[in-house]
Amino acid sequence: MPLMTHSKRQRWTRLASPLALVGLLVLVGFAAWAASSGPVGPPAPALQTELPAQHPVVIHQPAGPPVIDTGLRDAKGQPITANCTTCHATREANRTTNDGAQLVDFHTGLHSNHGGLTCVSCHNDEENYSSLHRADGRPIAFEKQIQLCAQCHGPQHRDYVNGSHGGMTGYWDLTRGGRTRNTCTDCHDPHAPQIPLVQPVFAPRDRFLPPAIDHVGPQEGLIQQHFSSEPAHE
Amino acid sequence: MSEPRTTSLPILNNDGMTRRTALKAAGATLGAAAFAAAVAPITEWAASTSVDEFLQQHYRELSPEQLSEVLTRLEKETKEKYGADVTIKDHRPQEGVQFGYALNLSICVGCRKCAQACHEENNHDRASGNSYIRVLEMTQGSTDLEKGNVSYDHPVPQPGKYYMPVQCQQCDNPPCVDVCPVAATWKEDDGIVVVDYNWCIGCRYCEAACPYHARRFNWTAPEIPAEEINPNQSYLSNRIRPQGVMEKCTFCLHRTREGRLPACLEACPTGARVFGNLLDPESEIRYVLDNKRVFVLKEELGTRPRFFYFFDE
Repeated sequence: MPLMTHSKRQRWTRLASPLALVGLLVLVGFAAWAASSGPVGPPAPALQTELPAQHPVVIHQPAGPPVIDTGLRDAKGQPITANCTTCHATREANRTTNDGAQLVDFHTGLHSNHGGLTCVSCHNDEENYSSLHRADGRPIAFEKQIQLCAQCHGPQHRDYVNGSHGGMTGYWDLTRGGRTRNTCTDCHDPHAPQIPLVQPVFAPRDRFLPPAIDHVGPQEGLIQQHFSSEPAHE
Repeated sequence: MSEPRTTSLPILNNDGMTRRTALKAAGATLGAAAFAAAVAPITEWAASTSVDEFLQQHYRELSPEQLSEVLTRLEKETKEKYGADVTIKDHRPQEGVQFGYALNLSICVGCRKCAQACHEENNHDRASGNSYIRVLEMTQGSTDLEKGNVSYDHPVPQPGKYYMPVQCQQCDNPPCVDVCPVAATWKEDDGIVVVDYNWCIGCRYCEAACPYHARRFNWTAPEIPAEEINPNQSYLSNRIRPQGVMEKCTFCLHRTREGRLPACLEACPTGARVFGNLLDPESEIRYVLDNKRVFVLKEELGTRPRFFYFFDE
């Protein structure tokens, strides 16, 4: 049955491309005629059935340049934040810093575990602190971080472009609905991109398994070791 | 016994009670009790099954009118039993679509979010924590499924381990379908293996036949709070199953036949899952099959799975 469907579809596609071409030519001719003779009407309905509209694939965007929590609170109790340029317009960055422990003032607590990169490997300290920069020095907006990451992570970027890296939600069939894709920093902390250890959720409650322990902390107890060293009774 | 028989009732005159009579009486009593116990599930079952349900035809033999009546009846029964307003549709395969699924073992961290999403999406019994997905913690360098651990409960990913979620492989040569004595399970035109829950007799042959341990049995009628019930349901997919029938992953056909992605894929926080139409050369799944090192589980069995695993490097 799958084979039959396949061949049917192939036949259809072979037939469809010349049809689409003819449809396109007709439309171009029609558009030229309409442009010369008055306002353009709605597109020919025949074309819509030939080429179903593709819904957009939206890449989830980061909010924009990050802000630093000053540790202060305003009258309403909301944290007061500061833009990078608030300080760095006048204050030069230490270009050799490559470890969170070396950071002072507002940056304390930032951790960095991203190869041997320094802060200014990515952050733009030349002209606009509220942006990033490529390896060749050209600035790049925070919103376009994928291009920045892709400079070093080519294979991941290639797979991302082809849809086999990075999560998504929405429709597999773009003729029926759109799709939202994650950007790099949705899953990876840019300062420490390796996915951190997580406590798994939803322990199985199979009849043949020992009862699961819910909500255990990250510490490894004796019972947990017993579980993990035992093969599954599946 | 050589004693002369009397005409009085054995109970009034013990002398008249022969061993044979006593054994007969005891046997009859025990037999009747055993029979009553044996048929008890049937009487209970009859109470929970409507006449309409009992007389219902096989899904594939229903006329459109009959099917629409069945769907309405099931919606009504869900309202009565669970107090939830649900929509049960009949999603049919799309022309020119063959579903395929791939999972990147280099990326999966074993967090089991997919199993949880499956549990919620497919209206599984809350008490048993059922899910169509099992995540195996495997030792790097081995693909021996029997050594996989499903009950790990420590932070993941652990060094030296990799994580392999296993669900229905939607085989093109499905052993579970072959063994069903009543044809209550079959493979649909888009590659999804489905179960008619109202036709299944619960013999569990399919569970035994599946080499991937992908089928589940409803030991009890699922219990779900009304507010947690997913109201978007399909006859062959996530409608609440009756007691005593088999169920399995349907690639979320109530979503995927509407063009949407499966719930487990959307829930994956690492993007390890790739889903799409195998017949579309531009699809993500085809990119994976064309460009990655792909393998299937237990290939030697000849089941020809639609579910693929791959590594990045």
